[in-house]
Amino acid sequence: MRYVVCIKQVPDTTEVKIDPKTGTLIRDGVPSIINPEDKNALELALVLRERYGGKIIVLTMGPPQADDALKEALAMGADEAVLLSDRDFAGADTLATSTALGLAIEKMNGYDLILCGRQAIDGDTAQVGPQLAEFLNIPQVSYVADIELNGNKALVKQISEDGYELIQTSLPLLVTVPKGVNQHRYPSMPGIFSAYREKKTLLWSATDLRADLQAVGLKGSPTQVLRIFTPAPTGKGEMLQGQPKEMVRSLVDSLKTKKVI
Amino acid sequence: MKFNLNKEQQMVQKTVREFAEKEIAPYAIEIDKSGEFPWENVKKMARYGFLGMPIERRYGGAGADYVSYTIMIEELSRVCAATGVIAEAHVSLTAEPLAIFASESQKEKYLIPLAKGEKLGAFALTEANAGTDAGGLQTKAVLEGDSYLINGNKMFITNAGVAEIYIIFAITTPGIGTKGISAFIVERDIPGFSVGQPEDKMGIRASKTAELILENIRVPKENLLGKTGEGFKIAMATLDGGRIGIGAQALGIAQAALDASIRYAKEREQFGKPIASFQAIQWMIADMATEIDAARLLVYRAAAMKDQGLRFSKESAMAKLFASKVSMSCADKAIQIHGGYGYMRDYQVERYLRDAKITEIYEGTSEVQRMVIAGSMLR
Amino acid sequence: MSISIIRDNCTGCKLCIPACPYNAIEIINYKAMLKDTCTGCRACIDACGFDAIAAEEVLAAKEDISQYKGVWVFAEQQDGQLAPVAMELLGKGRKLADTLNQRLAAVLMGEDVTGLTDQLFALGADKVYLAEHPILRHYRTEAYAITASDLIKKEKPAIVLYGATHTGRDLAPRISRRLKTGLTADCTGLDIDPETGLLLQTRPAFGGSIMATIICPHHRPQMATVRPGVFPKPVIEEGRKGEIVPVPVKVKERDIRTVVLEVVKEAKKSVNLEEASIILAGGRGLGNPEKFRLLEDLASLLGGEVAASRAAVEAGWAAPERQVGQTGKTVRPKLYIACGISGAIQHRAGMQGAELIVAINKDENAPIFSVANYGIVADLNEVLPILREELALLNSNDGLQAVS
Repeated sequence: MRYVVCIKQVPDTTEVKIDPKTGTLIRDGVPSIINPEDKNALELALVLRERYGGKIIVLTMGPPQADDALKEALAMGADEAVLLSDRDFAGADTLATSTALGLAIEKMNGYDLILCGRQAIDGDTAQVGPQLAEFLNIPQVSYVADIELNGNKALVKQISEDGYELIQTSLPLLVTVPKGVNQHRYPSMPGIFSAYREKKTLLWSATDLRADLQAVGLKGSPTQVLRIFTPAPTGKGEMLQGQPKEMVRSLVDSLKTKKVI
Repeated sequence: MKFNLNKEQQMVQKTVREFAEKEIAPYAIEIDKSGEFPWENVKKMARYGFLGMPIERRYGGAGADYVSYTIMIEELSRVCAATGVIAEAHVSLTAEPLAIFASESQKEKYLIPLAKGEKLGAFALTEANAGTDAGGLQTKAVLEGDSYLINGNKMFITNAGVAEIYIIFAITTPGIGTKGISAFIVERDIPGFSVGQPEDKMGIRASKTAELILENIRVPKENLLGKTGEGFKIAMATLDGGRIGIGAQALGIAQAALDASIRYAKEREQFGKPIASFQAIQWMIADMATEIDAARLLVYRAAAMKDQGLRFSKESAMAKLFASKVSMSCADKAIQIHGGYGYMRDYQVERYLRDAKITEIYEGTSEVQRMVIAGSMLR
Repeated sequence: MSISIIRDNCTGCKLCIPACPYNAIEIINYKAMLKDTCTGCRACIDACGFDAIAAEEVLAAKEDISQYKGVWVFAEQQDGQLAPVAMELLGKGRKLADTLNQRLAAVLMGEDVTGLTDQLFALGADKVYLAEHPILRHYRTEAYAITASDLIKKEKPAIVLYGATHTGRDLAPRISRRLKTGLTADCTGLDIDPETGLLLQTRPAFGGSIMATIICPHHRPQMATVRPGVFPKPVIEEGRKGEIVPVPVKVKERDIRTVVLEVVKEAKKSVNLEEASIILAGGRGLGNPEKFRLLEDLASLLGGEVAASRAAVEAGWAAPERQVGQTGKTVRPKLYIACGISGAIQHRAGMQGAELIVAINKDENAPIFSVANYGIVADLNEVLPILREELALLNSNDGLQAVS
């Protein structure tokens, strides 16, 4: 069994703040982390490997420092790591990203199951997984909590808004994993040292993938960013005055008048 | 001279910190109140390979450098000093001496389960009448055929009863002083081995500390660690490394005290402003930060020297001496900064002071550390 | 690299540095230099006062995109019920179509769903593309993606909108890949550029800390997904008529590689914050989980629902389904009362569309007050019991049923 887990190194956006004076992002001290849902995807791969055996390859597209994310994934238990890093990959939207990842996966020695986190906390699109499955022309199931494998057959548990569904499908398959379906493990101490001392990262460029340069990076992106702005605060409304009792009375009266309550 | 952590060490720090905050911190107050031994914490640490950190991979350890191991003890102690010492006594005082002095077959039998965290370890040197004067111990071991017959009592042993593997020091040749002491690997469940009532301690209350009563216990001669008469040397070499561990524990406690003080000083308002805006508090914070930084440099310098294969007894003694003093001073200031709330057990800070005190005593009192340093300086 | 610095124009003024969300610009020898982490997002270009940053023009696609006309909405349905987000999108779609002077169509797929066409016309659709077939009874990726993609290739709409539901987020990317066109997720704003006629797709990024306007200039159709609750439901025009276009369904079972074996609905009471018209939300400032019981009390007096900030959910005081914010739900109630919530941008992203916002917090500098219509700076321990009294009085005085 060969599992490919796609991960992304992202800034920890839940910690990002806006500078109240300039309205711009305060990026200092915001650490880079493995996108949280990718860890849930990796955890599922680790559980499946414990159950059925096989090898886990982690794959990421990013600048050279994305290797730190791969090392953390190796420390958590992945077997091999591949980094797609090249100026030609930069500026990619989700379509171009899925192209690069897809070419990389096709270059590998075969695969059975691809696991992706449902979405990344910087882009928040949840598009790369499905687009990658379509590129590879394999079935996909999203919101996956668990999988039972039986030879080539896969029974997948998909979480829905009000329960779950059991879906029968076959390998090769791509699944996306949301947060909350498992508790991802920490890197183990032996894992950390083995990741840095024994396991190596394969580095692939656009040339290694024989990528059509019009299909990856900014050139391969149908969507473009027109502009970026910080959402303007709408300005203070009415700050009520007086003792708590007076303020609450005044509030309730206003809400009544507006027929809200 | 570089003071940065390398990538492995950074990942160790990040991982242990997150682990400690999510898995250990939520129970720290509770286990201090109840004094209950935290088996859950031990299981989790074992799962992630914490309990074999510096032991070679082929014996089930993580193969870590000592600096990484020191980081681990500091980060654990920052949230729970009791958990920190449970790990430290197991690794520095039991697994390490086996890694250095045990035979291949002894390592197979005892080091591997310790490194994997399958069994806990303990170090039994101290006796009722032999603390600082460890060489004055009186437990006797007599060779009778294939085994040693051991009799004696050991006092204040960390992990007593919960550990299954013990390194016990006893006199094999009386009358010649410390050269007559030998070390033995002893399994808990042998006839004659019993453990006294757990001590009711001021701090690190969840760590189990008790007396060992050895009544005619028979230990196979294969369990002699090192050579006869080498015991004292093994004990001293072990404590050299242990000092760094306790220095790290003290450092963790001091850091926790500082972090709590900064948080509180920013939130607590008096006279219409946060107390952090008053110079008295600012100076206390400045002093705490400076002494912690100095302690940190001492502790990690000693660890780095051990990694480089250099002699480090003086440096580790300085590290423990200074860091333990700093942990007391920072814990005290932290309570002061918290005012009345600092005195209340709900607020954790008072625990830091109760936990800090022992770092000036065990694994060699501050007086012993001064002896070591002076001895080195006045040679 | 698509972005480049024109060194001759660059004065080293550093205005570009804070504009970059990826920390990818540094000044070396008084000139700006781009680091490897540049993603080509172009945020710096606007910030430069010296025309010293340029972006490469992206090559145009070969296809003639002027043939693409019309605004489509994927009319998601389940068990014969139209998804509320589909109604919201028809409302927005109508406005976009009118601006472009083009027609609005709904794409309805399923089995035995013809009954919904009247509703779709009443919501503003001019046309309904109806794909009815047993194979489409339940949503399955391949069945829907293949059918929809073939339809789009044939009919060439300029814009296609989907609700960002589990289904929408599964289907839309698959279609975008098949058609090699652009897709923007979770849009909070959709407009037509008056000069270019392009769809301006505005969405939060970076956890909601910034907004990005995205365009898809050279590929068609321009596609976007929108979260439920972002746009209001349109006014219903009963009896409005339109054209039904039957869609041939060529997909066969053997083309579909997934089979739903079992659908399990779990007993847990599902929380529907998106439909609630009154929400009381609690944050870290409440102090302890018991205060959430008080909120529940207040909520039942008002006929509303209880929500929570991420901090409160992570502290275990409220269930994750109740989380409002960037990583939780987006809500647009008539009334949102934020108690003890500081109002970081990640939370505001989920509730600033509410009609009326009330904030209660003891910190007068809490950012929540910047979006509140009414602000009370006071201790919740004092305010909440008084609020409860007043509301109880209201209920008994007027003998009103709780408004829902």
